[in-house]
Amino acid sequence: MPRELLKGNVAMAEAAIRAGLEAYFGYPITPQTEILEHFSKRLPELGRAFVQAESEVAAINMIYGAACTGARVMGSSSSPGVSLMMEGLSYIAGTEIPTVLINVMRGGPGLGNIAPSQGDYFQAVYGGGHGDYPRIVLAPSTVQEAIDLTVLSFDLAEKYRTVVILIADGSIGQMMEPAELPEMRPVNRVDWPWATNGAIGRERRILSSIYIDPNEEEITNLRLFERWKEIQKNEVRYKEYYCDDADFVVVGFGTAGRVALSSVRAARQQGIKVGLLRPVSLSPFPYQVLDELSKRVQAFLVVEMNMGQMLNDVLMATKGRVPVEFHGRPGGVVPFPDEILAEIQRVATTKLSVAPDPRHAWYDRMLAMTK
Amino acid sequence: MVTIVKPENLVYSRPQAFTEFPTHYCPGCTHGVAHRLIAEVLDEMALTERTIGVAPVGCSVFAYNYFDCDFVEAAHGRAPAMATGIKRVLPERIVFTYQGDGDLASIGMAEIMHAAARGENITVVFINNAIYGMTGGQMAPTTLPGMKTTSSPLGRDVETQGFPIRMSEILANMDGAGYIVRRSLHDPKNIRMAKKAIRIAFETQVRGLGFSMVELLSTCPTNWGISPLESLTWVEEHMVPAYPLGDYKVAAGVAGIKA
Ligand SMILES: Cc1ncc(C[n+]2csc(CCOP(=O)(O)OP(=O)(O)O)c2C)c(N)n1
Ligand code: SF4
Ligand SMILES: [Mg+2]
Repeated sequence: MPRELLKGNVAMAEAAIRAGLEAYFGYPITPQTEILEHFSKRLPELGRAFVQAESEVAAINMIYGAACTGARVMGSSSSPGVSLMMEGLSYIAGTEIPTVLINVMRGGPGLGNIAPSQGDYFQAVYGGGHGDYPRIVLAPSTVQEAIDLTVLSFDLAEKYRTVVILIADGSIGQMMEPAELPEMRPVNRVDWPWATNGAIGRERRILSSIYIDPNEEEITNLRLFERWKEIQKNEVRYKEYYCDDADFVVVGFGTAGRVALSSVRAARQQGIKVGLLRPVSLSPFPYQVLDELSKRVQAFLVVEMNMGQMLNDVLMATKGRVPVEFHGRPGGVVPFPDEILAEIQRVATTKLSVAPDPRHAWYDRMLAMTK
Repeated sequence: MVTIVKPENLVYSRPQAFTEFPTHYCPGCTHGVAHRLIAEVLDEMALTERTIGVAPVGCSVFAYNYFDCDFVEAAHGRAPAMATGIKRVLPERIVFTYQGDGDLASIGMAEIMHAAARGENITVVFINNAIYGMTGGQMAPTTLPGMKTTSSPLGRDVETQGFPIRMSEILANMDGAGYIVRRSLHDPKNIRMAKKAIRIAFETQVRGLGFSMVELLSTCPTNWGISPLESLTWVEEHMVPAYPLGDYKVAAGVAGIKA
C-alpha cells in the first residue's frame, strides 16, 4: 500500500475496517469524533453495522452484545466517555469475550478540556470497571504505530479472549502524518466455541459474567490470571533508543515518548549519554527491561502528560536501585522538546538521590517554573 | 420425557423451548407464567434454534437457565443495547429481551427509549410488578401512589417520590415502534390474551416491522406481603386501573397478523 497523509483518528478507523471490523457503536466526543464519523460513512457502504448510540453506556453494551456473537467489533471514545463505558467493560471482561476499545485521551479530571493528555493511564492499566480483570493496553506514538497497533489489537483480543485498550493521546488522534494502511482483509466471522450466534444444530450457549457461587467466581478470577501470565510472557512490547551505552534513560509513552525522543537526540549531540525507553504495551508493562536497565544506568527520567501514573510502574520495576526523576505536564499540556532537554541536562549534571516520591521535587520545580 | 398419556389426550406438557431446570421463582410469582408463554410461542413459531435471549438484572436474572436457546446476560437496564448489538450483526436471528420495571423503566430508561426510537427489530417482554423484587421490595418507577415498599415505608408520596411511569403509553409515541401492548397475568383469560400478544410481538420481529414490546402486569407476592391468590386480585383491582390494558401501538403492517 502507498504511504498517504492520514489523520490519526481516520487512520485507526480505516485500519480497523481493513482488519475485518464488522460493527462499531459509538457516541461523539472530541478529540475522537473523526473515528465515529469515518465509520458512519464506511461501514454502511461495506454492508457492515454502524450505530450512533444514545450514550457511551449504550454503546459499550451494544459492543458487548455484538462481541458475544463472535463478530469483530470495537468502540472508541475520549476520557469522559470512556468513564461511562467502564461498567460495560467490566462485564465484557467477566464474560471473557474479545473487545477492542480506543481511548483518544483528553485533559481531565471532569469535563476538563479537549487537549491531548495521558491522564487515563491508571484507568486503562489498573482501574476502570469493578473487579479483578487483566487487560492489554497499547499506546502508539505515531500515526503509523496507531494503525499497526489497531490491527494487532483484534488479533490479541481474540487470541486471549480479552479486552484490548488502545490509549492514544489527543495529538495522535488529531495529527496528520504520512503512513501506510494495511491491505483490506475479508471479514472472517469465526464460529467460536463460545459464541452466542443461534443454537442451530448444536447445544445452546450462555454468555454471562455471573458466578453466583463464590468458589466458581474465584476459579474464574484464577483462570483470568492464567491467561494473564501467558500475555505477560508473550506480549510485552517496547522501543529502545540509544540505550546500549546510556548513563541515563528517559521513560515515556505515546506523545510524551515521541517528544522525549527529539530531546534525547539533541542531548546526544551535546555528548550526554542518554537513551529512551518507550513502552508500547503499558499492560503488560516492560518491567524486566527496566529491571535490567536499572542495574547499569545512573538514573531514570520519567516524562508523562499527567501527574505521574506510569511513574509508579517505573518505580516498581527499578526497585529503588537508582534515582527516578519525574517530569509531568498534566491537564492537557504537551511538553516541549527543549523542556525535556533541560530536564535531561539537569539529571546528567546534578547529584541525585533516591526519593520516596519523585513528584514532590518535580512539583517544587513546576512552582518555580510558573512563578 | 416419559409418555404417560396417549398423544391424542395430551393437553398440557413442558414446551420444547424449555429446559428441565427447576424454577427459582417464589411460589405464586407470575414470572414463571410469562416464561412459559414465551416458550410456547417459540415452539409454535419454531423459532428456538434461531433465537438469542437477553436476560436482565432483576429476579429474572437467571432467565437463561430456562430457555433452550442461546442467551446472554446484560448489565442492569442495558438489555436493549445488548440486543441491538446482537441483532445488528445477526439480522436473521430472533432477539428478545426480558426485563423488569426497575431494569426497563428506571436504570434502563435511555436504552429502551432509543431502541424503540431506532425501530430496533427486537422483541421486549416487560414484567411490571410495581416493585424491585430481587433486591427485596424497594420502590420501582411503577410503584403505585400510596403503595408501601421498603424504600417508601409510609407509602409512595408523589410529592417527594414522583408518579408512576406508564411505559407502553410512552413507547407508543415512538415512530420506530411496531407493536406496543399491555396485558395482565392475573387470570386465565388474560393469560391467554398475553400469549397472543407475545406471539404477535415475535411475528412483528420475524416480518421486520420494527420494535415490539409486550408489557405484562405481574405479581410479586413475596414483596407485596400478601398471598399468591390475593396478589392476583390485587393486580386486577389496583394495577389494571392504574395501567389500563390495551393495544397502544399497532403499526399498519402488524394489524393484519393473526395469532
Ligand atoms: C448497576 C446496578 N445497580 C443496582 C443493582 C441492584 N439491583 C439488582 S436487581 C434490581 C432491581 C430489579 O427490579 P426489577 O427490574 O423491577 O425486577 P424484578 O426483580 O422486580 O423482577 C436492582 C436495583 C445492580 N445489580 N446493578
Ligand atoms: S421476589 Fe417477587 S418477583 Fe421475585 S421471584 Fe419472588 S415473587 Fe417473583
Ligand atoms: Mg419489578
